[in-house]
Amino acid sequence: MDWNTIISTTVKAAIGVETVLYALAAIGLNVHFGYTGLLNFGQAAFMAVAGYGLAVTVTVLGLPFWAGIVVGLLAAALLALLLGIPTLRLRADYLAIVTIAAAEIIRLIFRSVAFKDVFGGSDGRRGFSDGFYALNPFPAGEYGFGWFTFNHRLLWVLLVGWVLVGLSCLLVYMLMKSPWGRVLKAIREDEDAVRSLGKNVFSYKMQSLVLGGVIGSLGGFVYGLAFASVQPDIFGTETTFFAYTILILGGAARVFGPVVGSMIFWVLLVLVYGVLSGAVEAGYITFMTSTQVGQFRFLLVGLGLILLVVFRPQGIFGDKREIAIDAR
Amino acid sequence: MHAETTATDRKAAALAAFKDLDRDPGVAKPDPILVVDGVVRRFGGLTAVDVDHVEVQRGSITALIGPNGAGKTTFFNQLTGFDTADAGQWTFNGRNMHGVPPHKVARAGMVRTFQLTKALSKLTVIENMRLGAQAQKGESFWRALVPGFWRDQEAEITERAEELLVRFKLDKKRDDFAGSLSGGQRKLLEMARALMVQPELVMLDEPMAGVNPALTQSLLGHVKDLREQGMTVLFVEHDMDMVRDISDWVIVMAQGAVISEGPPDTIMSDPRVIDAYLGAHHDAPLSESELEKQLHEAEAALEEEIVEETQK
Amino acid sequence: MNGVKIVVTTESGQPVAEVTSNAQGTWQVPVEKPGKYKVTLDANTLPQNVAVRGGNNVRTPTVYDGNMSTVLFALQAKGAPGQPAEEEAGQSSFWTQAAQLAFEGLNLGLIIALAALGLSLIYGTTGLTNFAHGELVTLGAILAYAFNAGVGLHLIPAAVIAVILAGGFGYAQDRFFWGQLRKRGTGIIAMMIVSIGVALFLRYLFLIIFGGQTEVYTQYTGQAGIQVGPITAAPKNFVAMAIELLVLVVVSLALLRTRTGKAARAVADNPALAASSGINVDRVIRIIWTMGGAIAALAGIMLGLSQSLKFNMGQDILLLIFAGVTLGGLGTAWGALVGSLIVGLFIQLSTLWVPPELKSVGALAVLIIVLLFRPQGILGRRERIG
Repeated sequence: MDWNTIISTTVKAAIGVETVLYALAAIGLNVHFGYTGLLNFGQAAFMAVAGYGLAVTVTVLGLPFWAGIVVGLLAAALLALLLGIPTLRLRADYLAIVTIAAAEIIRLIFRSVAFKDVFGGSDGRRGFSDGFYALNPFPAGEYGFGWFTFNHRLLWVLLVGWVLVGLSCLLVYMLMKSPWGRVLKAIREDEDAVRSLGKNVFSYKMQSLVLGGVIGSLGGFVYGLAFASVQPDIFGTETTFFAYTILILGGAARVFGPVVGSMIFWVLLVLVYGVLSGAVEAGYITFMTSTQVGQFRFLLVGLGLILLVVFRPQGIFGDKREIAIDAR
Repeated sequence: MHAETTATDRKAAALAAFKDLDRDPGVAKPDPILVVDGVVRRFGGLTAVDVDHVEVQRGSITALIGPNGAGKTTFFNQLTGFDTADAGQWTFNGRNMHGVPPHKVARAGMVRTFQLTKALSKLTVIENMRLGAQAQKGESFWRALVPGFWRDQEAEITERAEELLVRFKLDKKRDDFAGSLSGGQRKLLEMARALMVQPELVMLDEPMAGVNPALTQSLLGHVKDLREQGMTVLFVEHDMDMVRDISDWVIVMAQGAVISEGPPDTIMSDPRVIDAYLGAHHDAPLSESELEKQLHEAEAALEEEIVEETQK
Repeated sequence: MNGVKIVVTTESGQPVAEVTSNAQGTWQVPVEKPGKYKVTLDANTLPQNVAVRGGNNVRTPTVYDGNMSTVLFALQAKGAPGQPAEEEAGQSSFWTQAAQLAFEGLNLGLIIALAALGLSLIYGTTGLTNFAHGELVTLGAILAYAFNAGVGLHLIPAAVIAVILAGGFGYAQDRFFWGQLRKRGTGIIAMMIVSIGVALFLRYLFLIIFGGQTEVYTQYTGQAGIQVGPITAAPKNFVAMAIELLVLVVVSLALLRTRTGKAARAVADNPALAASSGINVDRVIRIIWTMGGAIAALAGIMLGLSQSLKFNMGQDILLLIFAGVTLGGLGTAWGALVGSLIVGLFIQLSTLWVPPELKSVGALAVLIIVLLFRPQGILGRRERIG
């Protein structure tokens, strides 16, 4: 077994593209679920509309890269408003069902033949990231040291991605220690009590939905730019569920919970895959093929999510007294 | 009144206002803060509230009593916007309040508490208190991002909150999670938090329910205090001793309607009230408690059936 | 039928497109303008043992603006004459098409209803919004496949065994898992997230064991259709619908008439009250889980029978089940039935106007719109506050 490759890919996964984009998605969910108690099961849709907003603006409309970013952000905010109006007055479980349904609607429309001219069907869109890489300050070449070696494109994506993660965390930190964040946390505990104290609960939930959706949409941009393409099936419900696993792993209602969670999640996923597929190739494991090893990882994700919620709902670093998850 | 030792001007003023009033339901008060007309709320076939006319005198402590299922809490929910009335009008300080959402009701100066306390468990006591303050600059999204905008106000709010905590003897719990408080302390916290709103009318839904007897006296004192500070109190209560002790005026509801009003020392001798409490309405539509009782009986019968069949 | 060449031309013979059918034997050609087209099936590309029935390999459907037009080539095995013939639905009028779709919608609606009933009762009695319910549907389908194609049993005994085993799995799930969580006092939102974990776990377990391909049962697959009134369908569909209807009626009667059924409704209505009047709530919940697992499995088998089997078939239908349950009103058994039928009918009938690939979109959109105006669902009750 090639331990050197296994360890280097594992270490790289800690700061890799997936880690960044899932961290962003989970930071958004943290605002929704961790702080406000909103069960948004459609986070993938926010990433999708942002990624497609960028892709379609650049490829179909022929507008520059920055216009695409603006369109993507506006699309995410608009989606939050559209989702919020019918659902934010409903009970938590209804919100979950409606958001998951809306995310599926969006995915089905993006992959439909009827709108193939715009969204590119199940192949998605590509060729919209040139504007982004044109801004790359790093000349072509390899950068880094030891295991952390990246080419100039990946380095640029990761730099921008981690800056976005940092800014998002800073934003969440600033907001959650302000009176605004206090109202959000109070809504999570009991929204009727908050209403009786003169706060417009609907408005705060909406603000939370927009904020978390926009932060999550940054993950959609990162995906689109890093892989220079968007496909509809990337933004399925499992993406949202993985983001939830990450959030709970790192600790809901903690500023760095989603970031730590995402790093652990991807490190474990890559490590398990590396070790198991290495073992399969080396013939140590004979009851699985290497394809099945890939699938086996996600089975472990499911198992991990169950065990986490049951035995450590506050996440790895959470404080049991403050867990958001047992509310109601 | 027997238990009143701190008869003040406000108490006297409140009693004077009620002095010559009729005992009829819906009687006009000299200076009403809340005037209710024709509020109706139905759940399916059940009319939970059907209040023709009722007024609440400013600066008084008014008790709202009635047997279980009389519609008191539902009536509270209508008035505070937590539930939408099917019909009716009501004004608070002359302002029409029908269809006004709960947060605006609170901002107008009409603040309620809940029968089952709603302490925000995973917030600390002081954060619970701060939440009650109105017009906070830091509660707007953009200004929240610049602490300079709201820091001074936050300090003022904290000071006011701490004073209230001292008054309610919760200052030692300042930084504890609200979830760690006892039932009675939560009631105190909820009342103190409501005062942070600086209301004119405080509406308490069973403030004594589930409070241990040692705390009852302290809570009673706080309710009386509210009147001394110029607020109006409307509260729902079952304990007649307490009603007699602190209220200036009593409104009695049964089966959704106001059936009688009067001063606390004579109200319980009103035949309409006795009827309401002791029954004599077997032909009337089912009230909530009766429904529950019937359900109970049905379940019991069902269970008997199960027992019988399993024994066969 | 895979890999069959289809040539599409305009009426006057100008070529439009040439496609080959996919693994499911379907194909699609987008055309620019409404009008008549000529569709020719290249008989040489057919597998050797089949032929187009009647030998006519040319169809001339009329395509209307914005509408799909279906062209069916009925195939029959060479040397197996005398089989009833599958009619082509291609040029049928709007109303026959609507009747046909309503029939298919009813079939889908009944399948959804089977799964929805269990989901709704579990929600009503335990408060759990079970995101792993779709996997119970898949489980039934795959178990039946294992006994059918793997062991070699006929589909009917295989299905019976699968339903029994899935019922047992439902029982075990509650006995050893959900029941324990309830005892620990796990909150309903936490349980909802746990159910997502269960769904992921089971789905990937199915993928590993069953594989990612699409399968069909060994019996009843290539059945030729029969004509009943305006409707054409394979006999298996009629039988399947009869079974679905029968099971739904039996379960409904059981809920209404038997003591366990009454107890179940009492628990769904008010668990605390039911417990205080001596009903063994845990036992009732366990029965509901057993029954819910069994009928969800039946739904999976029926779905596999009328379409095909895949490891994520339950995931795909889960949202439609939710739509049915929510439309009717969460936690009410009758609501789940009515809501599911509406969803099934709506999905199929909407293909009169929208492309089939977007048919679920319409149903999910309706779900959102209904919730906007009637959050308690069609048959649900308004809740009281305080």
